[in-house]
Amino acid sequence: MSNTILSIKDIHKSFDHVTALDGMSFDIHEGQITAIVGDNGSGKSTLIKILSGNIAPDKGSISIDGTDYSSFNINQTLKLGIRTVYQDLSLDNHKNSWENVFLGSECMRGPFLNKSYMRSETLKLIDKLNLHLPDIDLPIRNLSGGQRQGLAIARALRSACRILLLDEPTSAMGIKESHMTMELLKHLRADGITQLLVSHNIYHVFDVADRIIVVKAGKCVADVYTEHSSPERIHDMLLEYEHREVSR
Amino acid sequence: MKSLFKKHASVWILIIFCLILSVFLANRNHAFFSLKNLVNILESTSYRTLLAIGMTFIIASGAIDLSIGSVLSLSAILTALCLHQGLPVWLCVIIGLASGGLMGAINGVLIHLTRINALIITLATSYIFRGVALIITLGSPITKMPQAFLKFGSGDIFGMEAGVTMAILALLIAFPIMYQTKWGHYLTGLGGNALALKRAGVRIGFYRIGCFIGMGLLAALAGIIITSRLNSAEPNAGLDMEMYAITAVIMGGTPLSGGKAELAGTAVAVFLLGLIRNGLTILSVSSYYQQFITGTLLLIAVIVAELNERKNRIA
Ligand SMILES: Nc1ncnc2c1ncn2[C@@H]1O[C@H](COP(=O)(O)OP(=O)(O)O)[C@@H](O)[C@H]1O
Ligand SMILES: [Mg+2]
Repeated sequence: MSNTILSIKDIHKSFDHVTALDGMSFDIHEGQITAIVGDNGSGKSTLIKILSGNIAPDKGSISIDGTDYSSFNINQTLKLGIRTVYQDLSLDNHKNSWENVFLGSECMRGPFLNKSYMRSETLKLIDKLNLHLPDIDLPIRNLSGGQRQGLAIARALRSACRILLLDEPTSAMGIKESHMTMELLKHLRADGITQLLVSHNIYHVFDVADRIIVVKAGKCVADVYTEHSSPERIHDMLLEYEHREVSR
Repeated sequence: MKSLFKKHASVWILIIFCLILSVFLANRNHAFFSLKNLVNILESTSYRTLLAIGMTFIIASGAIDLSIGSVLSLSAILTALCLHQGLPVWLCVIIGLASGGLMGAINGVLIHLTRINALIITLATSYIFRGVALIITLGSPITKMPQAFLKFGSGDIFGMEAGVTMAILALLIAFPIMYQTKWGHYLTGLGGNALALKRAGVRIGFYRIGCFIGMGLLAALAGIIITSRLNSAEPNAGLDMEMYAITAVIMGGTPLSGGKAELAGTAVAVFLLGLIRNGLTILSVSSYYQQFITGTLLLIAVIVAELNERKNRIA
């Protein structure tokens, strides 16, 4: 059994009258891929935003490497090696690929941006990740959804990463692109990067994840090891809770 | 070459406008193509250039500043009051600049903390700053500046008023800041996707407020130059200057929504507007036509920019 790297306890978060997270708790083990599956609106993105320091929970605690945080900000999470691929990707459409990859941690030469260096480093990075981007010097607004997701992943992996949070990172990718991304996640696991993957694709999840957490209305309703379950059972689980709610 | 034209289409179009207008004016009046007249145009655009440079940064960052005319007038009046107290000129200039920076900081802090649209915040502060200027002067101009101060803005450098040198310097400094440093990179980033910037760990408040402080400083400098040119600080100085600056920036090709900046376009637009003012004077056409022509040009510029943008989007 590997170590717990991140653990959340009894996290609550409401927006006005909507309860997004309603007492969510789980541990994540170092070096594993943990998948989160659940319906739209079940609180997955809210969870990712809390773990990346974007929003503070109303209640509950987060601990990383055994240190407790009642809340933390984005800069703290970045320092802790947490990298996030947001559902909205958080890219700047007016900037080009390498500017987006280095956004917020630009390389400098004295007071000036070291553009040629950032450009060549980005070329190396996208080559390593096997991304296909048409022209890294053009504003990214003309890239396809899948290419943009690839770019957001590349940015998350640009610098040393311990915990990678991925919020539906392949939702706009084609079959081949998402297959390659799943292979990439496996490689990252082999390199020891802990991952939390939010996904709607149960078959992908079974391909890469070590463990699956099923969430429903802001709560964990199941926490199973992939090897002890099957896509059909997870599928049924998601539907079953739906039925139960309807019949109530 | 073709891509250089496409990328900066608005700048080239403005340059072509300038050339056509120059040829036309030179044909009508031989006094036009003289060094004296060129200097004349530059002198009348110097302080406008400063305002438009600041506004380019502001608009590129996805904001707007409607208070610059008021900042200009209030800081000019504070400078003039200090001069009348007999303080040394350099100190008065610093106080004037600092007051402009402070007014900019007030704008920036309010916008950052309240997250209310910059248009509304600066509309309110424009009334407040102008109001203060009117209250402390009781509406009348402050005149009779010391000789040393008159030299500051209108003294001779390279045979031109000092304001021209300042404007050219400001432009030369603004280019690398905009395109080669983190400041320009993050300010356009604020306009492009402020949340992405924040999530990348950038202190966006620092850059937002810094940008408004810079705008305040430039507005104050413009106010000081005007005061020294006119030998008078007026509570109504700079009226409509925010609209002028916004016009130049948008005409130059910076999108109102921000995200990118066309500093060269701003500079050419300011020059073109100066050329039009000058041309009307030379042709002794009523200055009433100026507004009509400015409006028409702005309309043409934004329509061309929009069509160009749409073409790129589909391609
Ligand atoms: N900023 C917000 N303001 C108001 N409601 C929100 C906000 N963010 C999320 N919600 C609500 O919280 C619930 C959970 O949202 P989210 O975490 O995005 O779900 P998921 O990612 O699982 O689809 C939804 O009902 C959503 O409408
Ligand atoms: Mg979501």
